[in-house]
Amino acid sequence: MEDTGTVVAFWTLAIMTIGSALMVAIVRNLIHAVVFLVLSFMGVAGLYITLSADFVGVAQILIYSGAISILVIFAIVLTPQAGRDNAETSMRLPAAILAVLVATMLGYAAVETAWIKCGETARLPCFPDAEGFDGTAQAIGNALLDKYILPFEIAAALMLVAMLGAIIIVRAEGTEGTAEE
Amino acid sequence: MSVDLEHYLMVGAILFAIGLFMALSKRNFVGVLMGIELMFNAANLTLISFSRFVESVNPIDGHVFVLFVVTVAAAEAAVALAIAVLLYRVRGTVNVDEINLLRW
Repeated sequence: MEDTGTVVAFWTLAIMTIGSALMVAIVRNLIHAVVFLVLSFMGVAGLYITLSADFVGVAQILIYSGAISILVIFAIVLTPQAGRDNAETSMRLPAAILAVLVATMLGYAAVETAWIKCGETARLPCFPDAEGFDGTAQAIGNALLDKYILPFEIAAALMLVAMLGAIIIVRAEGTEGTAEE
Repeated sequence: MSVDLEHYLMVGAILFAIGLFMALSKRNFVGVLMGIELMFNAANLTLISFSRFVESVNPIDGHVFVLFVVTVAAAEAAVALAIAVLLYRVRGTVNVDEINLLRW
């Protein structure tokens, strides 16, 4: 990936993603934090697209930037007296030290490991392969309904159970029959 | 100047660390959840990077795995935010350092 457009796109999106993620941790207002969270999700979606993962990039925008951020906003506005404060507990310093250590360790492992990159041995296929690239949606659909049909069905059952569980948890006993329900 | 696998892995590592910091240190339950979502994103970015740059028997598997992770993350977010709303209703707070009913 040497062409100028990809390099510029990568650095722009990487700075946008990490900068917004830092702002999520720093800003004091939870609603502002959610806005920066959406920006960070958008940056990750852009990074997916620079990695030729078009379907996953679009799914990221739909699910994370759309659905999950709206869910988080609903959770914030449904807990009004709890405050909009985005403060840390007394675990702030140990957590920061641990996070820096984890980032250092992961970065060291990423740089030091000799990954078998595309084209080094040419024994195994690469994606996208050399003769061209016409989107990943068809390949993902084929894989989901052929090789991964069982996980696919289990994921469907999981979504149903999670949806029912969320509904049942929120309308718990003691609130049934009250006027505002 | 070129962009390679290590660049993406570093972005994923930094994003994961920021999410880890938030999940461990935020006082508001919703803030903890936002940290967890950032960690999911970092893991997904790493999977897609490996799918793109590393030789494998079936390179599209990384994309499929990311879609399953997104599914599980959406289910997790729905249930966890329902728990947050219920906690607020029962205890009047969503601050994780005040929710100590189950401490030993």
